[in-house]
Amino acid sequence: MDANAMSMTFVVLFLPFVAALVAPWLTRHLKHNAAWVLALAPLAIFMHFLGFSAEIGRGEIVTGGYQWVPAFNVNFSWLIDGLSLTFALLISGIGALIVLYSGGYMKGHPQQGRFLAYILLFMGAMLGLVVSDSFMMLFVFWELTSITSFLLIGFDNRREASRRAALQALVVTGGGGLALLAGLLMIWNITGVSEVSLLLRFGEELRDSPYYLAVLILVLGGAFTKSAQFPLHFWLPNAMEAPTPVSAYLHSATMVKAGVYLLMRFNPVLGDTPAWETILPLFGGATLIVGTLLAIRQTDLKLMLAYTTVSSLGLLVMLTGFGSEQAVKAAVLYLVAHSLFKGALFMVAGTIDHEAGTRDVRKLGGLMKAMPITFVSALVAAVSMGGLPPMFGFLAKEEVYYALWASDPWALTFTLVAVIGNALMFVIGFAVALKPFLGAPVETPKHAHEGPVLLWLGPVILGAVGLAAALFSAVTHHFVSSPMASAVAGRPEEVTITLIPSIGMPLALSVVTVALGIVFYLRLEQLRLAMAGLLRTIGWGPDQGFDQMMRGIVRFSMAVTRIIQPGRLQTYMMVTFILIAVALMVPMFVYGELPGWPDFAASDATFYELAVIAIAVIGLVAVIIARDRLTAIVSLGIQGFAVAMIFMLFGAPDLSFTQFMVETLSVVILALVMTRLKLSSPDHRPRAEMVATSLVAGVCGLGFTLYLLRVTEGVMDLSLSVFFAEFSKPIAHGANIVNVILVDYRGTDTLGEIGVVVVAGLAILALIRIRLRDTGVTDTVQSTPVDDAPRPLAEPAPAMEKA
Amino acid sequence: MRTLIFRTVAPYLTSLLVLFSVFVLLRGHNEPGGGFIGGLIAASAFAVYGIACGVQPVRRALYFHPLAIAGCGLFIGALSGVVSVFAGVPFMTGLWAYPTLFGNEIALSTVLTFDIGVYLVVVGTITSVALALEEREFD
Repeated sequence: MDANAMSMTFVVLFLPFVAALVAPWLTRHLKHNAAWVLALAPLAIFMHFLGFSAEIGRGEIVTGGYQWVPAFNVNFSWLIDGLSLTFALLISGIGALIVLYSGGYMKGHPQQGRFLAYILLFMGAMLGLVVSDSFMMLFVFWELTSITSFLLIGFDNRREASRRAALQALVVTGGGGLALLAGLLMIWNITGVSEVSLLLRFGEELRDSPYYLAVLILVLGGAFTKSAQFPLHFWLPNAMEAPTPVSAYLHSATMVKAGVYLLMRFNPVLGDTPAWETILPLFGGATLIVGTLLAIRQTDLKLMLAYTTVSSLGLLVMLTGFGSEQAVKAAVLYLVAHSLFKGALFMVAGTIDHEAGTRDVRKLGGLMKAMPITFVSALVAAVSMGGLPPMFGFLAKEEVYYALWASDPWALTFTLVAVIGNALMFVIGFAVALKPFLGAPVETPKHAHEGPVLLWLGPVILGAVGLAAALFSAVTHHFVSSPMASAVAGRPEEVTITLIPSIGMPLALSVVTVALGIVFYLRLEQLRLAMAGLLRTIGWGPDQGFDQMMRGIVRFSMAVTRIIQPGRLQTYMMVTFILIAVALMVPMFVYGELPGWPDFAASDATFYELAVIAIAVIGLVAVIIARDRLTAIVSLGIQGFAVAMIFMLFGAPDLSFTQFMVETLSVVILALVMTRLKLSSPDHRPRAEMVATSLVAGVCGLGFTLYLLRVTEGVMDLSLSVFFAEFSKPIAHGANIVNVILVDYRGTDTLGEIGVVVVAGLAILALIRIRLRDTGVTDTVQSTPVDDAPRPLAEPAPAMEKA
Repeated sequence: MRTLIFRTVAPYLTSLLVLFSVFVLLRGHNEPGGGFIGGLIAASAFAVYGIACGVQPVRRALYFHPLAIAGCGLFIGALSGVVSVFAGVPFMTGLWAYPTLFGNEIALSTVLTFDIGVYLVVVGTITSVALALEEREFD
């Protein structure tokens, strides 16, 4: 890839984000017509990626990128092959139509600019995801799609239902993203490469690794949550709370296909194992059947489509994991077909809702006259969804039956699953496309008429593309299907299927599907009632399960918080000091590192040094026997001053200087705290508590003494002291080593510390103010032992050790 | 605490202590002292003033809210680190300049401004806590 094309791709990847930035501004000035301008961004992206199709059609792949964090071998690199090119074209192409559609659908909405910005942000995330080569980039964009979809689903944030749906989608897909991250890191660890394009050579190694199953489960955790596989499918129908353009974009062509994309991407390296070929078809097949059955139950157009999306995703997962080249080809064709017809149908559902004022299929009818263009585009999409010629959906369904049909029981089971699933999807497709339009006109909440061009342009274009792709199937296969199938299979594949069916089992199965579909369609009402009855009998679903889980998490965290954060300072101090005592004493005993008895006789302490030590001891004894708190505080000050004197005598003037000041201020502040909190002067705690605290304090003190003795027994390594003494003046221009270390050698540390000091000051001030405002607390705090710790407010202490 | 003698002496004592704290701050690079200890001295000076003459005079004398002083110090400290980036050396590298003023060479450095930042943070934070504790009512 030449440098020019490389920087162009880089720019293109960021184009949606730039467009999102200007979207609110443009919308303020151009109103809903801003959509025409904003749609140029996805269009430009589409054209850029179309430029790659010649190379991709020849079976080449294009990679490029820049270093991101070279120290960790993390790159911003992309990989464009058949798979990512098809996805990129779908994302940008349908994205352009969705932006236009949003312009019409959200016309006059006060937050239209914000909505368009979110859509474009999502587009950028999705585009980044499918072209990512490096694992980290893949993961970042993966989570970015979760976050932007959270914004989109919760767009109508005044309604509780949409807030819940948004949160649910975020928890499920974001959680799956974390599993994916773990899986990617494991792959990185096993193979040593962090790029998808390099990974292809390591398939053997990965499959033979003892961690293969763990990797597989983690990656599937990401894919199954994103692609709404049973039993994690519940978030997708709930996400229908979002405005319809979101559903048409995220929940048909893009977001939910990310999971399928991931599976297809890793098929060459993770696939072709018994685990892969068991788990995927089973989950996919179950999702296919459950999705269609639940779709039958619905009467809301959007929900019907949402559940069939769940089942289509199931079919895709099933095919991806089936293990034959035929299945891969079928998955590729079905993915493209589904993106086209499902996007169109969602947009149609939105247009009906927008123009007629309801989405309930029972309250709609006879709209054909009023909305002819919408009706035709809905019909075209439904024909594709039902797998009838001459649409692209027909090719996909034929290929599906080619792939599945075989005579062993495993294949027969899945053929049966596919036939039933397809028949039911046929039913839903035509229910959405026919029921609102045919029959006698019904009184609708709004007087229905054809929507503006912005609303019908999208479905019409998608329908036309679906038709053209099937009619010129050789071109489609050359540029799209074959390269994509090759990328998924990991070796060159050729897709050849055309509209002219060959007589054989697949065609027979198609006929059975259509026949079944017509039967079901005629009995849709009975089926719906039967399903509703069945669901009532079961009475529980994963959706309720989600709520129960969330409540459980909240209860659990509250219980844990109650234990570890009881809110009593005394408990915190006690736990802290017990841990200090344990940390000091246990290692010394376990590793036999106790110090020997110090040789007092050999010490050459002078009388004034001994006098200072005596003062310190007297201060200490006074603290312990002091009857009231003020005396104790002052005695503590005496002891601290004596220590400062010792520092002075042993040649640490800086340390001693600081110690003096800290001690003075500690005494002043502690005395102030006492008067401020109106603490009673004598200390009246129960005897048992006194014994316990003195025991802990004693062990801490003893531990420190032993520790210091042990340390001084060893040989001091003076190399650092020598280094500082030697270089502090010549390279840091300062003779005071302590100060030079503080502000120069370790200046960044000090910067962090003064940050902590400011934050601590803010916190203390806030605490004092809370007390001032809420005088009622004063009496209750009186009995709580805020003052029991020797220096609860000596906040200079952390910095003291530095100075 | 508020004896006549103490109240009379306190302003002079405070001025001297603040002056001394600046002296300690500036000599810090070569002799015992520095921003941290200087800040502590100044903070105790204001605490003394507050105990002697009440909180309001201290606040008036300081003019700025003590926490604003601390925040300003943090900003100066961070800024001193950032300056080195413009000189093309790693963050927090000390830069030195030796201008001559009235015939005397004066050593100026980002290290010194950083130390001034530390000084202001310590003064501001401790003074704000001490004053808040000394105060009887909401400030």
